[in-house]
This record gives sequence, structure tokens and C-alpha cells, in this order.
Amino acid sequence: MDKVINLEKAISLIKNGMTVMIGGFLGNGTPELLIDGIIERGVKDLTIIANDTAFPDKGIGRLIVNRRVKKVITSHIGTNPETGRQMTAKEIEVELVPQGTLVERIRAKGAGLGGFLTPTGVGTIVEEGKEKFKIDNKEYLLEKPLGADVALIRGYKTDRIGNTVYYKSMRNFNPIMAMAADLVILEADHIVEVGELDPDIIVTPGIFVDYIVGRG
Amino acid sequence: MPDAKEIIAKRAAKELKDGYVVNLGIGIPTLVANYIPEEVEVFLQSENGIIGMGPAPEPEKGDPNLVNAGGQMITVKPGAAFFDSSLSFSIIRGGHVDVTVLGALEVDQEGNLANWIIPGKLVPGMGGAMDLVVGARKVIVAMEHTAKGKPKILKRCTLPLTGIRVVDMIITEMGVFEVTDKGLVLKEIAPGTSVEDIKKVTEADFIIDKNLRIMNI
Repeated sequence: MDKVINLEKAISLIKNGMTVMIGGFLGNGTPELLIDGIIERGVKDLTIIANDTAFPDKGIGRLIVNRRVKKVITSHIGTNPETGRQMTAKEIEVELVPQGTLVERIRAKGAGLGGFLTPTGVGTIVEEGKEKFKIDNKEYLLEKPLGADVALIRGYKTDRIGNTVYYKSMRNFNPIMAMAADLVILEADHIVEVGELDPDIIVTPGIFVDYIVGRG
Repeated sequence: MPDAKEIIAKRAAKELKDGYVVNLGIGIPTLVANYIPEEVEVFLQSENGIIGMGPAPEPEKGDPNLVNAGGQMITVKPGAAFFDSSLSFSIIRGGHVDVTVLGALEVDQEGNLANWIIPGKLVPGMGGAMDLVVGARKVIVAMEHTAKGKPKILKRCTLPLTGIRVVDMIITEMGVFEVTDKGLVLKEIAPGTSVEDIKKVTEADFIIDKNLRIMNI
């Protein structure tokens, strides 16, 4: 089995209007080549799920600037003024979710859970429309799982069946998103042969990864 | 006389004890790291999946793939660890962070905090702030006492909240308040500042601690 494909083939799997999770934190650990591919191939009307919208010239920010996004579900848009401008002009829909809740909703989907109870957001506008539960005298909100058609993630070193390790702060949302989408495409800095990575250090087991695109 | 931000950061640094896990917000809270005494070893946590952050790298020596939650290049100390965002927020929500120091747009006498949105004007998003305020064992607001002369310590926050009854301590360049069951208590006052000075620029009601001290900076 060899999951390595070229960029063109990978991008052909991403269709207009899909919901796409993209790893990274302010562009750090984002699959930039896959984003290049989406922009070049003209894929549009995407719903993006990501921690933030990075910067206008970096990461997910480039998809916003190039108008490929109709909705974004995220925890932070403050570093990309273009997201705010498009939101105010009603050209894009923005759903803000607390960061810990966002990642846990994605994890819940990948872990087969119907949701989870969190104290985050109690008493704020985040609780609007959500069920509240009192457990041992503390209030919690019910948050539901969040999945996607496709997850685009960035790994550091990956073997040909997708076993992956990460590098420094590039890990962030990537291993969690790898579990929560119907199709998972991983962009790897280095591709190695099966057996080269010590099983003890694998962070994302290859079973979560459908396709691999190498950088360079 | 040091400037306001320096006074606030220096005083907040005194709240960090040896062995603490600490999360510092953006702005004045980030400066707190510059004033942690040498004999105090804390573990700086970053939302994007780091524990054991060190200082900023020397120019030209940074690794662009090692950044903090503000996107700035940083270093890590020996003994640091990297992890994913789910674990990072398990650390935060699960009560494993001893202290978080955050900025504020408004804070009120019940300990409510608003620091993520000015509707119609500024909508950066809450990032990890809502998780930090409910999860950290101690929440310290470190901010300038007023915004362009307007009080930021209010009877009741007017902006959308980040959390309800979450703030434990407020540190400004004028003084230190604790949020208690009885209300806000002024514990310390900056050198050269009077209680009257503070009352003029504070909308909230506050009690003056019977052992009111000069701010230790």
C-alpha cells in the first residue's frame, strides 16, 4: 500500500461547496501546498473549519483573500483584517467558537462521541441555543461533534501508509482533524519508507490518513 | 518612574510561584515573563501546544515552526513538551494551569470579564480566553486602569462577557484589587497614588482593605 499521490490528484478530490478542516495555528503547521492547489484549481464556496484565519498572505488567510470561503467556523479572526471586512460586508459567514470547544468538538466527532459538557462559555453569548446541564452544582453547556468532508493536515515525517510525527508547534489541530473527516489528505515535509519510524513515537497512526502529498 | 505597563507586569510577576504552570495572554501579560525572579521556575504554557516556553530567540536565530499562541517565534527551555490542541485545552480546562494573566476591555465588581469583542467595531474572536478563565485556578487581569481616561473597572460590564465571576485579582498601574464574596477589595496602592485618585477613575464600588499596603514593585 502506498498512499502518496501528487498535488493535482489530491486537489481533484476537493469539490466546490465542501466542508474542509484545515490544520494549523496562525499558519504554523498549515498545509500550504494544498492551499496553493485549492487557489490554483479554482475550488470555491468552501466551509472552512480551522483554529483561526491566519494572515492575509499566510495559511488559511490566503483562501479568505482569494474568496474561496463562504463560511468559516473558527476561534479567532483578529490577525486577518480581510476576514473581518468580508464578515462586515456580509460576503462571508463567520461562526466563532471558543478554541478549546472547537478542538474538542472535532475530537468528539473523531472519537465517536455524541458531544461533551464544558463549562466554557457559560453565562456568555456562546451559550445561546445550547442545552445546559448542572453536574455537582456546576453548570455546563452541551457541545456537539463537528466533522468535515475533508481534512487537510500537515505532518512532518510520514511513512508511505501515513504513520506521522509532527514538529514543534506545528502539531496543534492536525492530529485531531486527522480523525474527524471522511477524507484525510496529509501534506508531509518528509516521506519515509514503512518501518523507518519507531512505532513508539507515532502521533497519528496511518489508518487515519487516506492520501499523502509530499513537499518538494 | 517606570511606565504603567512595566509597573503592572512587575507586580503580576510577583504572583507566580516556583513550580507553577502559567499561561500569559497577549499584550501586557506577555511582558510579565520579563520580570519573573531568577529563583522562581515556572512552566509557561501556550495554547497552541507547548509547555516550557523560553524567551524570544535572538534575531535571525528563530525557528519559524516554533511560535507561541500570538504567532511570535519563541524558544523552549530544556524539559519542554509539545502536544496537540486537545491536550492543550485539557490542561487549561482541567485545572492544570495555576495562573493565567489576561488583559481586559472591561472587568466588574462581581469578577465578570469582557475581553474579546466590541460589537460592530472589533471582532477578533475569543480564541482560548473563554477556556482559560473557567479552567485556570487563578485568573489575574493585568491592564491599564483606564482606557483614554474612561474607567475599565465597572459596576457591571457592558460588553459581551468572556466569563462570569471568573476574575480573582485585578492589577493596574494604580493598585491591586481582589475579587471576594463581599465585593472588590483594594489591597495595594501604587506609590504616589491616593485612594481618592483611584476612586475618581474607578466606576465599581470597592472596599479598602484594613491592611492596605503600598504596591510591591
